[in-house]
Amino acid sequence: MGRSSTEPSTTGRCAEVAISDDVLVIGGGLAGAMAALAAAERDVRVRLVTYKQSTLRQASGLIDVLGYAPDGDGPLVDPFEALEGLPTGHPYERVGSEAVREALAFFDEVAGDAYVGDHTDANALVPTHGGTVKPTARYPTATAAGLASDNRDALLVGFETLPDFDGPLAASHLAAAGVPFDARGVTLSFPGIERDDAKVTRYAHLLERDEAVSVDDSAATVGARDALAESVDEHLEGEPRVGFPAILGDERADEVRTALGEGLGVDVFEVPMGPPSLPGMRLSDLLYDALEDAGVRVTSGVPVVDYEVDPRGSSDTPADPSAAKTSDDPARGRIDHVVVDRNGAEVPHRADQYVLATGGLVGKGVRSDREGVREPIFDCHVPHPEDRYDWFVDGVFGDQPYARFGLDVDRELRPLETDSRPTFSNLRAAGAVLGGYDFAAEKSGSGVSLATGYVAGRRASTAVIR
Amino acid sequence: MATDTEVLVLGGGSTGCGIARDLAMRGLEVTLVERGNLTDGTTGRMHGLLHSGGRYAVSDQASATECIEENEILRDIAGHCVEETGGLFVQLPDDSDDYFREKLEGCRDCNIPARVLSGREAREIEPYLTPDIERAIEVPDGAVDPFRLCVANAVDAEAHGARIETHAEVIDLLRDGADVYGVDVRHDSGPGKRRHAAPGSTEEITAEYVVNATGAWAGQIAAMADLEVAVRPSKGVMTIMNVRQVDTVINRCRPKGDADIVVPHETTAILGTTDEEVSDPDDYPEAQWEVDQVIDTLADLVPILEEARTIRSFWGVRPLYEPPGTATQDPTDITRDFFLLDHAERDGVSGLSSIVGGKFTTYRAMAEEISDHVCGKLGVDATCATAEEPLPGSENLAVLEDGMDEFGLRSPVARRSKQRLGSRASDVLETDDANPVLCACEGVTRAEVRDAIQQSGTDLNAVRIRTRASMGNCQGGFCSQLLATELHPEYDEATARSALDELFQERWKGQRHALWGEQLSQAMVTYALHATTMNRDRDPAASDGSLEYGAFDDGEVR
Repeated sequence: MGRSSTEPSTTGRCAEVAISDDVLVIGGGLAGAMAALAAAERDVRVRLVTYKQSTLRQASGLIDVLGYAPDGDGPLVDPFEALEGLPTGHPYERVGSEAVREALAFFDEVAGDAYVGDHTDANALVPTHGGTVKPTARYPTATAAGLASDNRDALLVGFETLPDFDGPLAASHLAAAGVPFDARGVTLSFPGIERDDAKVTRYAHLLERDEAVSVDDSAATVGARDALAESVDEHLEGEPRVGFPAILGDERADEVRTALGEGLGVDVFEVPMGPPSLPGMRLSDLLYDALEDAGVRVTSGVPVVDYEVDPRGSSDTPADPSAAKTSDDPARGRIDHVVVDRNGAEVPHRADQYVLATGGLVGKGVRSDREGVREPIFDCHVPHPEDRYDWFVDGVFGDQPYARFGLDVDRELRPLETDSRPTFSNLRAAGAVLGGYDFAAEKSGSGVSLATGYVAGRRASTAVIR
Repeated sequence: MATDTEVLVLGGGSTGCGIARDLAMRGLEVTLVERGNLTDGTTGRMHGLLHSGGRYAVSDQASATECIEENEILRDIAGHCVEETGGLFVQLPDDSDDYFREKLEGCRDCNIPARVLSGREAREIEPYLTPDIERAIEVPDGAVDPFRLCVANAVDAEAHGARIETHAEVIDLLRDGADVYGVDVRHDSGPGKRRHAAPGSTEEITAEYVVNATGAWAGQIAAMADLEVAVRPSKGVMTIMNVRQVDTVINRCRPKGDADIVVPHETTAILGTTDEEVSDPDDYPEAQWEVDQVIDTLADLVPILEEARTIRSFWGVRPLYEPPGTATQDPTDITRDFFLLDHAERDGVSGLSSIVGGKFTTYRAMAEEISDHVCGKLGVDATCATAEEPLPGSENLAVLEDGMDEFGLRSPVARRSKQRLGSRASDVLETDDANPVLCACEGVTRAEVRDAIQQSGTDLNAVRIRTRASMGNCQGGFCSQLLATELHPEYDEATARSALDELFQERWKGQRHALWGEQLSQAMVTYALHATTMNRDRDPAASDGSLEYGAFDDGEVR
């Protein structure tokens, strides 16, 4: 995101260099942002450190809660009903279904007008760029007119230089999926796009800035929005809605969509796309604006490379010399500080509570080599079969063990050791770094990140106050 | 359905396609049938080494001499399939001086250009070689694309009137008394180009002469006519790295051994290989230890391989053969020479020969010898022209190099497209249509994919072997859907979808042996894209039941 905040004065032993906060969130994806926002609801100092660009750029921007039960049942009409039946250890089971609802309500508040779907518990079926439909709980306003349960006919517009979305093929695919309307597709050339390999952001910016483009080789130019509307208009056969790949503007996407809709006299919607995904980037921008508004200090581009435990032991656990070690005693005590690499300088970052939201295999919060699978910052335990040939099954869409790799946590979302004791007293984990669920098969990735991020952030800030 | 031909070639690997081209160029009427895609057997599962002969310069000088001769011919007739990388035989401290000297002398005996480099000189050429290298012998090894070479042979055979049928499995070898007269084949989707979901059919093809060029499968084919061919299939693993750690073929200079070669191949490097006899060429274990062994052993030569990213592993089965009674124990000791088994001489059954053994580099010479044999049998007097006539794509390489910057393709895409297409580049790439890159890892454009679809129908694995699309780092994660899209609207949506499913599963198969580190993360990216974003794993279009759309959110706030 490129934003950085002024470093506050610090306290503690390393007063000159150390950074000190109440809650430190590691990871800047959906789970990390939610954790920081939820923690900042209380009067605590929250910092979020993030290393790489978040995987939100790769995500469709839809907020799935649960599209399919772990046994494959679905698409589920009501995801909340199914939450009750999830197996022990599933992240939703850890936090409870009420927390999932609270987290969604919190997200709805943060997202404001940018997302819809909160008027019903029922999932929506959204057309995908591959041409079928998928169940989701919240969707960008830009996608709202495209829902598959809406029985109005649709024209799907693809572009010859944008091979990820093929209008005619998507329309046939939707028909095969049995949608209750007629879909028709066309492939057009995009006015103003001169290179066959232009990036999606180029399309978005052409429309956003309404750049002057020439049409039909004439010297006269028109605005990119009018030019696009005009070229679509001649293909319209009375369809009341028109779908485009999700490239209709960047920061001012609403304006672009409205202009196209008015020009065509129809409702315009976007079909979510694969990476790089503009809806994902817009969601990321929305979250970082909210973090700024909430006073969260964000430091980008810095990896956490090490940590130190508090030599005095765990102060979160009541000191009772008569009590024997219980199953709740943290195995490795309490984290005193983590070490952040800032352009080669190792800077300690101290906090009272920590949230680990570094992502799964995709975000590199879970790593592997030929010998095994690990969590790289704290070396938390990641359960996995010893033989790496047991990490997968032969059917590409089979029940893949690797898709469930991640941390086991207790109901406080603290990572657990092999003996089921929490690893640290003041570390909670959220999002894809958690194990025990296959977000891709369940269509539950965003929902788990929201719910566990929200709960981890809330619990962390409560622990600070206590 | 029944048809007749002069010569029927069984097997669409390098040998079969080489024979089909040779005979068709001599004016014979040829039909070739292949069970799967061209190269599906052993040809498409080799390490891509164009032997200089150096490898056999001590143990088998006849093969070594033949290798260097054919190596030079292929550089001429198939320049667009060959990369002249050069090769090094590297001596480490444990490797014997005597053997090094024998290797050098052997190369000279066989007319293989060879020169000794000091350890420092070798590391100047290949900086990632281990610092404890003693010295090396430089030879003209190369990298060859077996897919393009095999397809070019088939295309040229067709241009000379041959009929090439893929996805046509031999289900019976027809024998009448002491004469073999043809086969029954089962067409996966009817004759001609493959078309998904088209109904299958069977065909009787009769011929004056049948050539069994099915390699490791030759025993199974012969058995259909109650003949015995004791092939000893031997498997070897090859592991593909994500980048070229080396630009030169690296061999270990020692008598023999598993896992002693690294071949730079297009954007990747291929590590190989192991040698272990198997009983069934279609069903053998693909074991983790083999992958670990090639990486660990080759890391002695090139240490960064230990930590480098592998993108997939695959196994090939060598069609080894030795005459009855030889009974060599260790498959690494079985000769790499080829054998032409004339069943008339051997078993008193006319009309059939089987070809077994041999190696890819000398496929053309084998094809020539077999074609001579067939012509002899049929009383045809025609000479072989395959050593002189360039293969399609290689006719005008010099002209091609001069005019590199057309087609609106940005380098390095332009460079790579031209390397793949050779002199066919202008035919394929000159298009008024938009021509975006579909496979970013390998730089393959839409025009090239469409050209391949014209050749091969709906089989995207056939498109893959022609273009290399989906063979890079992401292993089809990002491009497989785009390739399938190109099938529409010529083919319908259901066909495009099933072609996509097939390619996607095939790409997964090889990645399973590289699933750790970056490639496991890549697999998760791919899974997330296809399952989460596209819902391809639970596509309502693929399920039997109908979905009750009315029960879901339709966007109306009530």
